[in-house]
Amino acid sequence: MIGLVKIELYKIFRKWRSYIGFLAIVVLVTIIQVAMHIEGQRSINFMTHNLQQSFLLVGNLLNGYLVSHLILNSLVIHIPFLITLVAGDLLAGEATSGTYRMLITRPVSRFNIVTSKFIAGIIYTCMIILFLAVFSLGLGLSFFGSGDLLVVQNGTIIVFSKSDILWRFLLAYSFSSLAMIVVASLAFLFSSLVENAIGPIISTMTIIIIFMIISGLDISIFSDIKPYLFTNYMNGWRLFFDDPINVREIIKDSLVLLVHIFVFFGSTAIIFQKKDILS
Amino acid sequence: MSDEKIIEIQNLNKQFKEIKAVDNLSLNVYKGDVFGFLGPNGAGKSTTIRLLLSLVKPTDGIIKLFGNSLREKRIEILKKIGAIVEKPDFYGYMTAYKNLEILGKISGSNISKVRIMEMLELVGLNKRYNSKVKTFSHGMKQRLGLAQALLHDPELIILDEPTTGLDPQGMKEIRDLILYLSKEKKKTIFLSSHILYEVELVANRMVIINKGHTKVEGNVSDLLNSNKLKVTFEVNEIELAKSIINETTWLQKLDSSVGNKMIFLLDSDEIPFLNKLFVENNILVSSVIPTRSLEEYFLNITETDSK
Repeated sequence: MIGLVKIELYKIFRKWRSYIGFLAIVVLVTIIQVAMHIEGQRSINFMTHNLQQSFLLVGNLLNGYLVSHLILNSLVIHIPFLITLVAGDLLAGEATSGTYRMLITRPVSRFNIVTSKFIAGIIYTCMIILFLAVFSLGLGLSFFGSGDLLVVQNGTIIVFSKSDILWRFLLAYSFSSLAMIVVASLAFLFSSLVENAIGPIISTMTIIIIFMIISGLDISIFSDIKPYLFTNYMNGWRLFFDDPINVREIIKDSLVLLVHIFVFFGSTAIIFQKKDILS
Repeated sequence: MSDEKIIEIQNLNKQFKEIKAVDNLSLNVYKGDVFGFLGPNGAGKSTTIRLLLSLVKPTDGIIKLFGNSLREKRIEILKKIGAIVEKPDFYGYMTAYKNLEILGKISGSNISKVRIMEMLELVGLNKRYNSKVKTFSHGMKQRLGLAQALLHDPELIILDEPTTGLDPQGMKEIRDLILYLSKEKKKTIFLSSHILYEVELVANRMVIINKGHTKVEGNVSDLLNSNKLKVTFEVNEIELAKSIINETTWLQKLDSSVGNKMIFLLDSDEIPFLNKLFVENNILVSSVIPTRSLEEYFLNITETDSK
């Protein structure tokens, strides 16, 4: 299995599309950081306007942690698209290129093939998030320096001292990885159904956008279905920036995401085992 | 050839929604056979090969390879098979060498660099080993397909239209390679083709299928010799020739006449006697052309099914 995963990773990283995600992160993070360098202080002043009337705020509030937190807030919506570019191609790409025939006539079980591809997809997803974390924090800290983190949670401003931040980011990015693996699993499921990678990418993004819109709408008819939408749990990384942290809620969200991953992958494995290869 | 069955298909069926691609197909391939698998386009040849390689699942029927059920012993069976299914496609962004290395690793075989280079040399691609496959012509991909099929030294080689897209020289090289693998390496070869003379040149046994079921199966030589040759006699005095033929039993063997050509359906040993008859009656025969019967035979069998 390890050998198969290595081969799948090799295939992923031999395709230029796999680097689009990394490139997009570099561009977007850089743009946001430059924009924050220019406009950041004004935003901080706006955020802390009320607070400044009662308290004296000292220190470097516009710091690398704050910028990274803002980036995580905005990019976690866009990262799914970068993930589906690769995850949607994992199976459908073999069909498009006609290499399914070569692959499945090898003496290896279909389950091992589909599992190795899925593991490679997970590794790629985690690498994207890891890159986002390292690049965002690295560039942010070197550009803006360190300092306390000021976070607005449910209308409340929480300030974390700089010694209390890094582990929160670590866990937040880990949780984001889990959320993005759900996205990858969904794209992977669609990838098993079709013979062109465009379909899974569009289908996955359509579902995510529709679910996000429904999750965001404060309309009573949607309130009953919201708990069943996985997008509802994808922003659970924010819980790590609460004080105190709601561990029960984090565990619940994580379990919901894990169940989704299991169901999506399980369905893919069953479909792939029964699939007639006609490409 | 041995009595050991390498491929055994019994009452195989494959239904795709409304289309029955394989219809109660049965056939046997024995160890050491070069087995020709013939049929017109859409006859079910590629579907049968996909069934043999477990790319598609049968609706019902039995497939046994090396005496084992494909459904129960798929992995063990596939270890002994090398195949080209339709046009060979590879990872275009990788080199020929890397493609073979990866396919070898997926197979779980310990394929050495030397073995990979040997296979590339066998198919004439050793000088292009480091070129990306996307730069290859169709013919080169076809050769690389053969290299990957032979990489793990399989006992059974399944070739689906292996000469498609090759120039005449390339086609001959592939035929020579098939004969070499059969005679020198004692491989069993299952050769699907619509190029009839190709099968005739290399196969010892064959089956003709149409609309998913077997039309005829047997030794190539037996099947071909059981049929009359179509022999064209070109004569100088066509009217005289016709009048002579009309007075003999040869008339029953006259198929048609066009211009100064008369076409007879004959056994090969009848040709000199008819020629002698013409010459004795002062009719000059400028040419006697027997046409190969496989093409006719194939068309007759498949057209009968279409009517």
